[in-house]
Amino acid sequence: MRLSWWKILCIVQLLLLSVAGLIGGVPAKPILNETIRNLYYHVAMWFAMSIFFVVSVVNAVMYLRTGKQKYDFYSVEYANSGIVFGTLGLLTGMVWANYTWGAPWSNDPKQLGAAIAILIYVAYLVLRGSLPDLDKRARVGAVYNIFAFFMLIPTIWVIPRLLESLHPGGMGNPALNTKDIDSRMRLVFWLLAVPGWSLLGVWITTLRIRYKVLEEKKLQHA
Amino acid sequence: MKTLIALFRKDLLLEFRQQYSFYGVLLYVASTIFVLYLAMGQPEEQVWNGLFWMIQLFICVNGVAKSFLQESRGRMLYYYSLAGPRDFILSKLFFNAVLMAILSILAWALFSLFLGAPVRNGLRFFGIAVFGGFGLSLVFTFLSAIAARAQQNAALMAILGFPLIILQLMFLMKLSNTAFSKVIQESLLQMVLLLAGMDAMVIVLSLILFPFLWKD
Repeated sequence: MRLSWWKILCIVQLLLLSVAGLIGGVPAKPILNETIRNLYYHVAMWFAMSIFFVVSVVNAVMYLRTGKQKYDFYSVEYANSGIVFGTLGLLTGMVWANYTWGAPWSNDPKQLGAAIAILIYVAYLVLRGSLPDLDKRARVGAVYNIFAFFMLIPTIWVIPRLLESLHPGGMGNPALNTKDIDSRMRLVFWLLAVPGWSLLGVWITTLRIRYKVLEEKKLQHA
Repeated sequence: MKTLIALFRKDLLLEFRQQYSFYGVLLYVASTIFVLYLAMGQPEEQVWNGLFWMIQLFICVNGVAKSFLQESRGRMLYYYSLAGPRDFILSKLFFNAVLMAILSILAWALFSLFLGAPVRNGLRFFGIAVFGGFGLSLVFTFLSAIAARAQQNAALMAILGFPLIILQLMFLMKLSNTAFSKVIQESLLQMVLLLAGMDAMVIVLSLILFPFLWKD
């Protein structure tokens, strides 16, 4: 089995993260305490999701510009991975909220935004499913993808910064409060967690794309 | 510009000639609000406001949906040979905005008649209702263009549209809440600007993306 360098990097990062994330030093903050470790999992999921949705929309634009089928595969598979990572982000957040806020769901603007984002992309998949013609599916899907992405920008990147919230980071940066974490955590977060989980997502997605391309070939030769 | 006006006039004329569809929407508005009245009586202002915007949403889905669904394949081909996609979508956006403004005012009148009239600042509420209806109609016009490409489109439009519209709807509810009391909220302008920005974005996106939907 041959692995390219970034896959090895991904494995190393996630292995290190599972050790450093659980036993590494963290600052003792009121309320947060040890739950601050969730940063490595929960927040990294959102980073991965955002990256995948951006990649998805870029590929949708490329599809509309060139009409090449491969961009459509990229677009839909990255959207799929984005949904998976978004759902994981929501779940890890709910587990965390259960301990710190006392309830898994409390209508926080950030929770609402995240739920809306996932709903939008599930609707994207439903739309694609309802179009039997391959070419039409790709084009209409790409159009909705771009439209939805721009509607999503205010939902998850602008509004959470404006509204009050209990979420760490409060009214400012929705992802994390830079004052809450110290240099040890910063190192683990930026060097291991964010790139590690994102690379894992890319890995999964490339496998799915390859599978899809093979399936397509099989159909053509059948 | 000329084709734009011609297309707009055509939609208007169609509406006058095939009045059954317009009356259908009117009846829809009246009967939903009447059913609401039977179910809720005269609710408090917060509930009134929430219900009003939910009804606006459903009116919009039903009123706007037909704008693309009524166009048959052959007729689309005919437009294709006559006008550009930009003119076409612009005329649709504009027409639906006008339609939705009328329906919004009607819905407000019926709400006041049946569910009580808690609105203190009538002028402001009027502005917000029309402005909100405008925003809703823009989003759903474009979505109906998307849904028209797929089958079983009316249901699809709701699935596609609801998650996209939640944010706008939440802001509109907050905005119109200010019309129930004399209290002035300072973030009012910020919200209006944000909504106006989103409306502008929807128009620009429709102009850019519609040409891809239109050729088959």
